[in-house]
Amino acid sequence: MAAHLSSGRVNLTALREAGRRELREFLDKCAGSKAIVWDEYLTGPFGLIAQYSLLKEHEVEKMFTLKPGRLPQADVRNIIFFVRPRLELMDIITDNVRREDRGRSPQRDFHILFVPRRSLLCEQWLKEQGVLGSFIHREQYSLDLIPFDGDLLSMESESAFKECYLESDQTSLYHAAKGLMTLQALYGTIPQIFGKGECARHVANMMIRMKREFPGSQNSIFPVFDTLLLLDRNVDLLTPLATQLTYEGLIDEIYGIQNTYVKLPPEKFAPKKQGEGGKDLPTEPKKLQLNSAEELYAEIRDKNFNAVGSVLSKKAKIISAAFEERHHAKTVGEIKQFVSQLPHMQAARSSLANHTSIAELIKDITTSEDFFDNLTVEQEFMSGIDTDKVNNYIEDCIAQKHSLIKILRLVCLQSVCNNGLKQKVLDHYKREILQTYGYEHILTLNNLEKAGLLKLQTGGRNNYPTIRKTLRLWMDDVNEQNPNDISYVYSGYAPLSVRLAQLLARPGWRSIEEVLKMLPGPHFEERQQLPTGLQKKQPEIIQRNFPRSRGLGLLSQRTQAAASGSRSVLCYGWWLGRQSRPC
Amino acid sequence: MSRARADEEEYWHSSKFRAFTFDDEDDELSQLKESKRAVNSLRDIVDDDDDDLEKVSWSGEPVGSISWSIKETASSSSSLEGRDQPQKGSSSYAALPKQVSSYSLSNLFKGRNRLPSLPSLSDDYSNDWSPRDTVRRMQRGKVCSLERFRSLQDKLMLLDEAVAGHDGNVITAVLIFLKRTLRREVLFRELEVRQVALCHLIHFLKETGEQKLLLDLLRFLDRTEEVALSQYREHLNIQDVEKKREFLKGCIGLPFSAEDISHIQDHYTLLERQIIIEANDRHLAMAGQSEIFRKYPRKASILNMPLVTTLFYSCFYHYTEAEGTFSSPTNLKKTFKIPDKQYVLTALAARAKLRAWEDVDALLTTKNWLGYTKKKAPIGFHRVVEILQRNNAPVQVLQEYVRLVEDVETRLNLATKYKCHDVVIDTYRDLKDRIQLMAYKCKVERGSAEEEKINSLLSNM
Repeated sequence: MAAHLSSGRVNLTALREAGRRELREFLDKCAGSKAIVWDEYLTGPFGLIAQYSLLKEHEVEKMFTLKPGRLPQADVRNIIFFVRPRLELMDIITDNVRREDRGRSPQRDFHILFVPRRSLLCEQWLKEQGVLGSFIHREQYSLDLIPFDGDLLSMESESAFKECYLESDQTSLYHAAKGLMTLQALYGTIPQIFGKGECARHVANMMIRMKREFPGSQNSIFPVFDTLLLLDRNVDLLTPLATQLTYEGLIDEIYGIQNTYVKLPPEKFAPKKQGEGGKDLPTEPKKLQLNSAEELYAEIRDKNFNAVGSVLSKKAKIISAAFEERHHAKTVGEIKQFVSQLPHMQAARSSLANHTSIAELIKDITTSEDFFDNLTVEQEFMSGIDTDKVNNYIEDCIAQKHSLIKILRLVCLQSVCNNGLKQKVLDHYKREILQTYGYEHILTLNNLEKAGLLKLQTGGRNNYPTIRKTLRLWMDDVNEQNPNDISYVYSGYAPLSVRLAQLLARPGWRSIEEVLKMLPGPHFEERQQLPTGLQKKQPEIIQRNFPRSRGLGLLSQRTQAAASGSRSVLCYGWWLGRQSRPC
Repeated sequence: MSRARADEEEYWHSSKFRAFTFDDEDDELSQLKESKRAVNSLRDIVDDDDDDLEKVSWSGEPVGSISWSIKETASSSSSLEGRDQPQKGSSSYAALPKQVSSYSLSNLFKGRNRLPSLPSLSDDYSNDWSPRDTVRRMQRGKVCSLERFRSLQDKLMLLDEAVAGHDGNVITAVLIFLKRTLRREVLFRELEVRQVALCHLIHFLKETGEQKLLLDLLRFLDRTEEVALSQYREHLNIQDVEKKREFLKGCIGLPFSAEDISHIQDHYTLLERQIIIEANDRHLAMAGQSEIFRKYPRKASILNMPLVTTLFYSCFYHYTEAEGTFSSPTNLKKTFKIPDKQYVLTALAARAKLRAWEDVDALLTTKNWLGYTKKKAPIGFHRVVEILQRNNAPVQVLQEYVRLVEDVETRLNLATKYKCHDVVIDTYRDLKDRIQLMAYKCKVERGSAEEEKINSLLSNM
């Protein structure tokens, strides 16, 4: 099930295994048969750690979603609630417990597993409702870093940026640090930590503090990672604002990827079997998991969408040829061999069918006039053209009442590429937005300003051109088919975060001191002492772009032939969630 | 208003800015088609019945995944209690938050006024933890009593330790304790020099809806703009429009920034207008005497709609009214200083929807002081054409405006697209383009007036 986790440079199966072990240990504490009542939000992330079969092996016989009312009948010894520590969920649990029939026999035992942590406030709340005593085990399960793929971990904490910058709530940083401590416990102490930005600094500080406070954390594992790079989201606000143009990126832009799953319109995937006459057309969206376990997806996910078509057609030819083989199979041995390959071929065929359909869906959008116009404006901004005046296309979109998110993304992009907008320009956009979308969006605009996504140009100096030139953020000659530079992912724009990682690997950040000072927050370097005998001699690898995914990425070589270094770098960043909700 | 077409062309061809297009459109399309064809033809070969292969149930959920199993195991028992039916009345379930991460503690309190009184936790068996140890224990999810910290100094040490740990769960817990045990002035004063803790408290107060304390705190800190915004935000929670109007009126005096204040004023004025219009129109519609309301019944009330939507509404139902009435478009335009462009765009959309082509004509006609009339469109005639076309304007109407599109290429494109033959022919004539004219001949109907026109032009060229 988890083959995709071991395919990368670092075998992440160990991290997943640690998570599963913790889960098993908890389940075994509650002896006997059990039912789990799920906070629905958690099923996605948990699904990446464990399947139902694991739970079943530990006597989980039933599973329900958490809702008010009476708990369903289930002939089990234990009822376990898997919940986030939130008061409104505590109310539902209280309701469930109160309605439990006391007279029934045998009695069922209750337990709570808080994810990612226990909260004394929640427990106090349960106590005041008079039900705390009903729970035998109250524990926490820290689901901090979830292995997503061979080279990607995520905290699935969509609102971390908002919490840190709008609400000044840095709890998610605490969890990031904790997750990294767990990672070090499994993969050895990471000797070097580099970072840029306020929040990055906090995370590094917490890690150092945690290490000091728990001297036991000093381990004797040979370090797998030799550098950790912490990047604050606000260092690179530009990248998540631009439209992603890789295959995976576009799937996310258009349909949204949640916990590695995507939901697609069902029409294109209708099973065309003979004799069914299309009567049972599915109405539920088609749900697909996207990860590198799927050979074809691993090959095309990071390609520029313009390069996907040719791969698909090549695959189609190969598969067709493979199926043709059956005509040449004459002897029993040959036929036998053909048959033995059939399952693999069928899997390849259905994978090709899915991705061909998805590519068609995406193509409908990328070939539309509006997609083209939107992209044109984005690219103008990113390459520094006309960023200081009111843009016609944005005005037109407002007049036609395009989605507010789209408008805000463009306006913020312009603001970032101009190091803030001139008073006149900013006022104009604000007025148009408020008049068209409603005055209450004063609050939305205010929040954007507070988070730094939208700002007034002060001091009259725009330093974006300097940043762009020094870091080579805009590349003129992009090869989308056979890329030799990361700028292919946005057909011209090279993500700032990726450039920072590349430059760190070679020749080092000292070469870009000036630009680093223009970007917000401190940059720093920390060294963690390794026990003697664990120092590494031969350095390793570097890796991948993940334009807007959230979480922790092991930069991967997958997309980048000319990797700019030869060390294993762990890159941590705050990535803005796909859509920030207004207000 | 937009870059001249020719410039733009040159810009695309000469410059580095590549657009996102498929280099070879046909090739790319055929590639997708090719793989599609292959997939389809393979369908015949492969027996589709063994669905085991994918192990995916139709909804796409892999068999054996957790969410799939919930459905499975739940459905086997659902018949017993009928619990699976969605509980319509139960708002608390519907309101289950999905979006918010599980990390931030502050969200935990959303809409709570009554909070658990923290400290009385009795299962705290130890008695002498230092502030630092207490915080550490709390971080590990252990239960601790805070009551022992009695002196101000101890309490502040506790807070500082919590802040140093960056764990919002603990910081908020300590703040709740301090808020309960310290005098307000002392708390505010100490928080002023502890920004992180201060932010947590502000966020906490926002979430729990302790508006009064929040405003006091912000005022104490002299963050007047925030006070204003925070107060203004409250209007989102007011359902009753009359109350909302009163509330907004009260907001006008608040210390907003200079730019915001005019918007707030407008917000109030707009709602005030909408209330008047709504009352009038509902009455009119019910009475059934107004033709427009009978023919095009209102789909929704105009209350709380954005300004531009309101303008559209007024252009739709009240277009001919004199400027003196509150519901007339010109009055709205004046009151809210709506720019010409925005006004024309909205009015055009509304009148085109009603197929009132004379209004469209009048809207785009200006008279100079000599009495000559001239067509003018602040939004550009190509946009006019777009809007009219979307509302299925007849070719005669459409072509009048297509003709006015300034840029030749755009004009030709639009004219060809919407079959305004006359415009196409005249344009080629002006360009003296015989070849194109001849080519266009096959696009018009045989024996039509257009064909004749082309023929006569060709013989004269």
